[in-house]
Amino acid sequence: MSQEVDGPKVDVRKRKFLIAAASAVGGVAVAGVAIPLVTSMQPSARAKAAGAPVEVDISKVEPGMLLTVEWRGKPVWIVNRTPEMLELMAKHEDQLTDPKSDMPQQPDYCKNEYRSIKPEYLVAVGICTHLGCSPTYRKEVGAADLGADWAGGFFCPCHGSRFDLAARVYKGVPAPTNLVIPPHQYLSDAKLLIGVDAKGA
Amino acid sequence: MSALQKMMGWIDDRLPLTATYKAHLSEYYAPKNFNFWYFFGSLALLVLVIQIVTGIFLTMNYKPDAELAFISVEYIMRDVEWGWLIRYMHSTGASMFFVVVYLHMFRGLMYGSYRKPRELIWIFGVLIYLMLMAEAFLGYLLPWGQMSFWGAQVIVNLFAAVPFIGEDLSIWIRGDYVISDATLNRFFAFHVIALPLVLIALVAVHLVALHEVGSNNPDGVEIKKHKDPVTHIPLDGIPFHPYYTVKDIVGVIVFLMVFSAILFFAPEMGGYFLEAANFVPADPLKTPEHIAPLWYFTPFYAILRAVPPLFGSQFPGVVAMGLSIVFLFFLPWLDRSKVKSIRYRGPIYKIALALFIVSFIGLGYLGLLPSTPVATIFAQVFSVIYFLFFLLMPWYTSIDKTKPEPERVTG
Repeated sequence: MSQEVDGPKVDVRKRKFLIAAASAVGGVAVAGVAIPLVTSMQPSARAKAAGAPVEVDISKVEPGMLLTVEWRGKPVWIVNRTPEMLELMAKHEDQLTDPKSDMPQQPDYCKNEYRSIKPEYLVAVGICTHLGCSPTYRKEVGAADLGADWAGGFFCPCHGSRFDLAARVYKGVPAPTNLVIPPHQYLSDAKLLIGVDAKGA
Repeated sequence: MSALQKMMGWIDDRLPLTATYKAHLSEYYAPKNFNFWYFFGSLALLVLVIQIVTGIFLTMNYKPDAELAFISVEYIMRDVEWGWLIRYMHSTGASMFFVVVYLHMFRGLMYGSYRKPRELIWIFGVLIYLMLMAEAFLGYLLPWGQMSFWGAQVIVNLFAAVPFIGEDLSIWIRGDYVISDATLNRFFAFHVIALPLVLIALVAVHLVALHEVGSNNPDGVEIKKHKDPVTHIPLDGIPFHPYYTVKDIVGVIVFLMVFSAILFFAPEMGGYFLEAANFVPADPLKTPEHIAPLWYFTPFYAILRAVPPLFGSQFPGVVAMGLSIVFLFFLPWLDRSKVKSIRYRGPIYKIALALFIVSFIGLGYLGLLPSTPVATIFAQVFSVIYFLFFLLMPWYTSIDKTKPEPERVTG
């Protein structure tokens, strides 16, 4: 150790202070350089701007049909639910994790039993809340591979999560929450705008 | 003095060339009783070289751009002279890297190569393994096929499961709100520059640490305990060069035969080395029917799926998957046995190791399959065995009846 070196006496306290001071200054410099590097990995201004709202013509979405559009690089589904589908949906609420949509997975104006503005049209982000796969639309009631009590909905091929036709998650599957309902509004009966709330919030 | 000797002298005065050659090759004494299992370290080094060299040539034609990536890989496959060979060498090399590394790690488990004084060699080895997994994952996004895209989507979303910071963390990793061009570009940067540099540095440290303490051997006894009184050379040691360089060349030849057979006759290996869905360009709106990671990740993927969500969060599964690797780091201190090698261990360790290997392979198999209730139960059983191998190790290795170790290495 340095204290044992012969010769002129070493001021150990001063040496320790200088080492600490040099380390601190060096540490600040490293942190200072790291901030721009690490921040450069955040979404760029262009990526942030790419979230422009999408206008969709829904007049051609027939009852029972699903239309997928792209919004912010994600699939957004528009399902025209038939009266029979809406009727079946009310019957399995006891099998759902969050039947009343208490978790903040939708705008307030969609916090209702259908999770939508108009009962017949479901607008949902088609990304599983488990690990981000895109579930498949399985409208056939009692589909052979999904069991006789399948009431129609969405099935995730990756890890087997199940959602009903209001994109509400069933209990006992890997996905923890209902699918996300994006902000949206109706410009007219046939025109839907995805990405903006009605009041321009 | 000849001209050559003069030149070597000139260099040695300026760079310890001869001394380094002696220390690491011609006068590095390795135990004389190495067996089959000792091929895989040098083979791992060979595959690393194959990956780096083929990787350099792939970057000459590959385009890390979401619009162009998929087409550029097809361009390499069809239009670039010998491009198909270079690309298949790289994709086959990726899988063979894991084959070789898994066998290398199994050797360590069998002969107690992680035990004192080789703890750091083992820790650097596990770090290399981690880097290798990261490197393979990043590289798999680059062809921008359906499996590339959705595989990355699932893995990056694992980070989103971290409480509180998860969502921001996953956005930071992607550089976008979804897997996109920004993600592809940065994965390319990490795959071709950052991680290879770290990997090479770790391999160097792994080898320096190995050459400091000397290799373990199938008997798990220290050859440095018995040295020639005059020369101070271990009595059971032989110089690495020429003895083991020549032996390793035999291993290299056999390995290259297997490697070439896969490369030329089954480069996709029935969907295990290159998955069918990855021959379709990435489509952010549609997930393939069945997605599974490549075979070398499936044991950990099966552990992830075996843990059900708790408190409305997927995080426990992610933690379990992380812990399954973290436990490896602690192996040198979990093992309390008096002996290192499986040759002198008692029946309990042999059974424990066999159960561990069966579980690991079982999990690997289950991770390839779609998840069903029965498969999930099997995966849960195997996961429990996997973790018990580590958690109970201090107990069962200390009560196990061991045989006495020999003083010197045996045949």
